[in-house]
Amino acid sequence: MLIGVPEETLPGETRVAATPDSVRRLVALGHEVVVQAGAGERASFPDGHYAEAGARIGSREEAWGADLVVKIDAPQVEEVPLLRRGAVLATQLSPGQRPHLLADLAERGVTALAMDAVPRISRAQSLDVLSSMTNLGGYRAVVEAAHEYGSVFTGQVTAAGSVPPAKVFVIGAGVAGLAAIGTAASLGAVVRAFDVRPETAEQVESMGGEFVAIPLPEGSGGADGYAREMDADLEARAMEVYARECADADIVITTALVPGRPAPRLITAETVAAMRPGSVVVDMAARNGGNCELTEPGELVTTDNGVKVVGWTDLPARLPIQASQLYGTNVANLVALLTPGSDGRLVLDLDDEVQRAMTVTREGEVLWPPPPVSVSAAPPPAAAGGDAAPAAAPLARSEEVPALAGRRGTVRIALGAVLLVLLASVSPPALLGHLTVFVLAVIVGFYVITDVSHALHTPLLAETNAISAIILVGAILQVGSEDPVVRALALGAVAVASINVVGGFAVTGRMLRMFRREGAS
Amino acid sequence: MSHAVQGTYLVSAVLFVLALGGLSRHETARRGNALGIAGMVVALAATLWLAVEDAAHPVSTLVLVLAAMLVGGAVGLWRARVVEMTGMPQLIATFHSFVGVAAVLIGYNAFLTAGALTGAERTVHLVEVFLGVLIGAVTFTGSVVAALKLSARMSTNPLVLPHRHLLNLLMLLVSAGLMAWFLVGHGLVPLGLMTVVALALGWHLVASIGGGDMPIVVSMLNSYSGWAAAAAGFMLGNDLLIVTGALVGASGAILSYLMCKGMNRSFISVIAGGFGTEGVVVQGEGEQGEFRETTPAEVARLLRDASTVLVTPGYGMAVARAQHAVADLSARLRAEGTDVRFGIHPVAGRLPGHMNVLLAEARVPYDIVLDMEEANELLPTTDVVLVIGANDTVNPAAVDEPGSPIAGMPVLEVWKAAHVVVLKRTMASGYAGVANPLFFRPGTRMLFGDAKDAVEAVVKELPGQ
Repeated sequence: MLIGVPEETLPGETRVAATPDSVRRLVALGHEVVVQAGAGERASFPDGHYAEAGARIGSREEAWGADLVVKIDAPQVEEVPLLRRGAVLATQLSPGQRPHLLADLAERGVTALAMDAVPRISRAQSLDVLSSMTNLGGYRAVVEAAHEYGSVFTGQVTAAGSVPPAKVFVIGAGVAGLAAIGTAASLGAVVRAFDVRPETAEQVESMGGEFVAIPLPEGSGGADGYAREMDADLEARAMEVYARECADADIVITTALVPGRPAPRLITAETVAAMRPGSVVVDMAARNGGNCELTEPGELVTTDNGVKVVGWTDLPARLPIQASQLYGTNVANLVALLTPGSDGRLVLDLDDEVQRAMTVTREGEVLWPPPPVSVSAAPPPAAAGGDAAPAAAPLARSEEVPALAGRRGTVRIALGAVLLVLLASVSPPALLGHLTVFVLAVIVGFYVITDVSHALHTPLLAETNAISAIILVGAILQVGSEDPVVRALALGAVAVASINVVGGFAVTGRMLRMFRREGAS
Repeated sequence: MSHAVQGTYLVSAVLFVLALGGLSRHETARRGNALGIAGMVVALAATLWLAVEDAAHPVSTLVLVLAAMLVGGAVGLWRARVVEMTGMPQLIATFHSFVGVAAVLIGYNAFLTAGALTGAERTVHLVEVFLGVLIGAVTFTGSVVAALKLSARMSTNPLVLPHRHLLNLLMLLVSAGLMAWFLVGHGLVPLGLMTVVALALGWHLVASIGGGDMPIVVSMLNSYSGWAAAAAGFMLGNDLLIVTGALVGASGAILSYLMCKGMNRSFISVIAGGFGTEGVVVQGEGEQGEFRETTPAEVARLLRDASTVLVTPGYGMAVARAQHAVADLSARLRAEGTDVRFGIHPVAGRLPGHMNVLLAEARVPYDIVLDMEEANELLPTTDVVLVIGANDTVNPAAVDEPGSPIAGMPVLEVWKAAHVVVLKRTMASGYAGVANPLFFRPGTRMLFGDAKDAVEAVVKELPGQ
């Protein structure tokens, strides 16, 4: 099948969705590739190199008219009509924020794959452009800060006097934050970093940073995560930490994004006012409104007290060579996933959760948002969470549930309903009440368990076993009987069921105590 | 029944739901268990109060019940304390049988005390008693057989009687006939006869399933024990029993269903019993080729040079109690900077999640323990795979040989890694009785011996020892 690589037209965009290297991989998968003349120029990939890699150099119309069009940015309004009916478009779409574009693409019969809606599961890592782009963004943020900062990063002792090392404070230890920590540390700065997820401390330290912990109130150090009512308190404490650390830092880099919502406001104007003149704030969340109150997206703002607030929204695009290389590899991995036979035939499998999540339009239909997938990895809490996560992208694996959907399901539901009605019409009132309770409880049991993590199957078995010994209740009630036979039988039942109750809970507890996360004691 | 007790029952039912919900995730699992215990304590306290209030002889009733509970509880606690993690499957199966026994006893009692009911209510009550005893009896013998098979005190091979499916059906039909008689005659005789038939049915259902499929059976019996409790609830008119029984029954059924998916088995044929027998096929056709035996020193060299290592444990690790040695090996390699992960097949071991429990016991962090799908993603780029006492779950025949009895079962595709080391006692085949071509592949080395001794020998050969 023919893959088209058009030139990016968004102002300021320097990247390209395929490089000579990734073209080579696409050709090896059995595809033909047409690259618009000059598409790679701004990323320093001349047409000749594409041609050597096996691509054809073509016009704008040829590139847009391909069977599969791969791009960096969402198409402009005037570019959509260039797509052929039935074509596939793979690009970053921010599908949650552009319903009109999706409708437009669907209407034209274009199958659109959103590169920025890859679910965050390990299997899909190789396709995840958000991850690869923010990684570069984190690096570039430090370089931008160094550029604006009027001093050096490494501490030095020289004949002309000693130079203190720069102090860098990074908020958010996701991909972007960790990249920034690593870059700043390797330039010689003293790096401190904060994230509301305490478990990131180890990652921060591994990158050469020092983790800033929030002082927690007495007795709340539970490992169960933070309860809802603590959120407000936690946030207040976090804000104190930001204010304190920012005042002490020369450079602040913020990376906090919450999927599907404006970026959280973490750095107030007062906090900036308390910073030293010459300090730099790089706000990596500028595109989504910014973590700093003073951020102007795309602008460099100098405050009254001489603090520079950098709001560049194109950090990855400032590294066009490597950004294109990584993006091109992500695209090639996607094409490999879609070409299972390596025979140049594109197969879209909507039963695959990764492909389903990315497919936002198909055959005239808008398929966004994807069906709810069970979320086991909680999205980052409201304050400073990870980094650019896709807008409301599904975060976790889906467990297959015996679906009651489809025509057969409908027939079954109908049959069940008829049976229930028949049963109810002949049963005495007392039984009816019990039946109601029974049926509802079955359904609750069904839903409560469909999400269970595989590793917990054994403790869950032991727990349900202990709970099923609730039959003990029935036995206890029979002990009071006058009939000695009944009494004896009931006592026997009490004894065996008690073994079950105590034993079941005890083994469950024993097993659960053994499960631990790395680093926890 | 007083409103206070009903209210308490409601509280405890909600606590049970929260307990099961909590146990679905690591972060909330312990709290889930605590909630379950709380629910049970609340329910039992309310019941005791009610029983004493209603009893003919309050004091003796209270004393007797407490004594019986104390004895039972002590036994349960003792078993829970001393059980080896490797013996967990048997223990849980044994526990299931207790619920079965209790259901049978309660059913008989409910029949004996039925007294004054008439008309439709009497019929309904008798049906409830009958079904309760039936399910209880099937659960009881089924669990006993499962426990015996798991502890290897009974042959793990499936029992193959002629016309076994017909036999199961016949037993059910006989039970149905006995129920008709029971409803007309109200006698103990049909109830007793049915109990015998049901006991035989439970025994036969599980006896005809091969040992390799026991994880599904244990989870299925878990479900049965729930239904038994629910049936008891119906006959006693007790909503708490109904709710809790239904919860357990439904969750057990879902667990079994998920596991069936993992093994590519039909759910219906599990419930019918005897589905595992396809697994017993004669050893693969003679020609198997040559295998390469290796030494601990060579394995240690391989591991030292590897940058990524994947360990796939199986039942052999459980039998040899090698989990601590394996954890030690992985910790040492990780300290050297080697990327060590564990890949767990959904049905490895004899109980769902069996391997995870053992590895957790040996303090292997759960975030380096991957499920099959994640592990299969990594395998093509893995340098060394250590297969420790696993066999069918790493058998390439499931993928390559359409005629194989395990064809279509998802497996860990370890043969895609650069080197595979199989730790195994002998060349014998696994539970499914199928030959494993993996052992004869050119990239595979065999290290024979007890898994624990072998792993410890490898650790000794690592540099710096």
